Amino acid sequence: MPKVSRIGAYKISPSWRGPWTLLKKEMLRFWRVGFQTVAAPVITALLYLLIFSHVLEGHVQVYKDVPYTAFLIPGLIMMSVLQNAFANSSSSLIQSKVMGNLIFVLLTPLTYLQFFIAFLLAAIIRGLVVGLCIYLVAMWFVDLHVVHPWMIIAFALLGSAFLGTFGIIAGIWADRFDQMAVFQNFIIMPLSFLSGVFYSIHSLPPFWQKISQLNPFFYMIDGFRFGFFGQGDISPLISLTIVGTSFLVLALITLKMLKSGYKLRA
Amino acid sequence: MTPAIKINDTHKYFGNLHALKGINLTIEQGEFFALLGPNGAGKSTLISILAGLIKPSSGDISVMDFDVVKQYQQARQLLGIVPQELVFDPFFNVREMLRFQAGYFGRGPENDAWVDEILEGLGLADKAHTNMRKLSGGMKRRALIAQALAHKPPVIVLDEPTAGVDVELRQMLWEFIKKLNREGHTIILTTHYLEEAETLCSRVGMMKQGEIVALDSTANLLNKFAGKKLRLTLGSIVLPAAIQALLRSHDKGVFTFALSDMAQIEFVLSILRSENIKVIDMQLSEADLEDVFLSLVGQQ
Repeated sequence: MPKVSRIGAYKISPSWRGPWTLLKKEMLRFWRVGFQTVAAPVITALLYLLIFSHVLEGHVQVYKDVPYTAFLIPGLIMMSVLQNAFANSSSSLIQSKVMGNLIFVLLTPLTYLQFFIAFLLAAIIRGLVVGLCIYLVAMWFVDLHVVHPWMIIAFALLGSAFLGTFGIIAGIWADRFDQMAVFQNFIIMPLSFLSGVFYSIHSLPPFWQKISQLNPFFYMIDGFRFGFFGQGDISPLISLTIVGTSFLVLALITLKMLKSGYKLRA
Repeated sequence: MTPAIKINDTHKYFGNLHALKGINLTIEQGEFFALLGPNGAGKSTLISILAGLIKPSSGDISVMDFDVVKQYQQARQLLGIVPQELVFDPFFNVREMLRFQAGYFGRGPENDAWVDEILEGLGLADKAHTNMRKLSGGMKRRALIAQALAHKPPVIVLDEPTAGVDVELRQMLWEFIKKLNREGHTIILTTHYLEEAETLCSRVGMMKQGEIVALDSTANLLNKFAGKKLRLTLGSIVLPAAIQALLRSHDKGVFTFALSDMAQIEFVLSILRSENIKVIDMQLSEADLEDVFLSLVGQQ
């Protein structure tokens, strides 16, 4: 009787090399096209910074002793972190689905939790890399002081985790690129632009202030900005609770989708 | 010994479509098994269930005793599946893809020697650092096969691996797969090239409309359906009704008859003589797996 190779069978206990490999692949995927995934959003954010600071610097003062350009930078950083975290997981999944190469991951022993963690971490890392690049370049323009660094880190992590998770949902749900564009253009863009990146919601009429408070992006950006200036539109602890809870809810929904194999396994 | 694959009363419904109607099949370790059937017979559905891409409506499938649903991690560790579609990841080169694929299964740098062996065996060594999207169709097919083998699985499923590939690749691929089979790997093959199945596989299962209609060793199947093929070149004629039941196919004046014994040769010729139909050319050959296939699942 021929001797059967059981080398593949020895490692049957769940190993973290699997999810680590998926994470590494996801990071390399965006790094290979760094001009598109990192440099382009940094340039976009800097253009916003140049234009808005040129037009509004000296005309608008949102917080006491904080120039408008300085006010703008944390919002732009966080907006880019969020948008890129979403873009990473959503674009990777939709591309893999459309091209059919997601099967290479689906055939493996990776659990749904490992799959989630790998895609989530890659999204967080891309968001943070873009955010860090914008911060480093923006430091040439304005001397930014950091009042609560841990607050900055907490909001950057939770915000990118929230959007990375939302990107996984979008990537699983969408079957075509145009469906993904609906998420990008009709959900992510309006929510990020109307979240108080360029203004304080206190400058809005009461009705629109209430509407703004339904936007989860508002809490992420306001909390992140609080870390720089020690002042914001709302208590950072409330923001942290809302963002943290929102992430947990979204993560549970995503895990349920992945566990059931929704749109991935028939 | 634990069977490589055990499929027990497996059904699959897609809405009202009963795609698999109670499949029972056991494939032993070390076998080279062919799963044949026309398009829509349920082969790909069965393989997808095995791979965990589709959930069965009922029944159990196990790989070396590990249930593909309840113990999917262990089952998938043991399984390497070559998908039918020519899919690839355009961001990476061949070696990177193989390393990633092995990594998903928990294999690290210690697996590199095996990756080199696969690259060599499949004629991909000089393309190891070529981006996947720059490979030709045949090379992409090789890379796809290499990916399924990257974690050195003991059970290998090849779903139409030679569709659209040239003769050279086919020969290279089969030499490599035969070597793996000699080393003890179980090979399960679906193919439309029946002569490949006949040459390579020791046992054959034929599916039709979600059921297994034949399951036996290749030799037994050929014996069971033993017969002759009589090819007569008759030109433009109307075939007499008396021998139409024996007709397998005809094309441009060449008529092929399926005969169960030698006596039928004289019967066919006598009918033709009685109708004054002249035989221009005549060939007689043994039945092959294609004849068995056609007699079981009908002409496609």
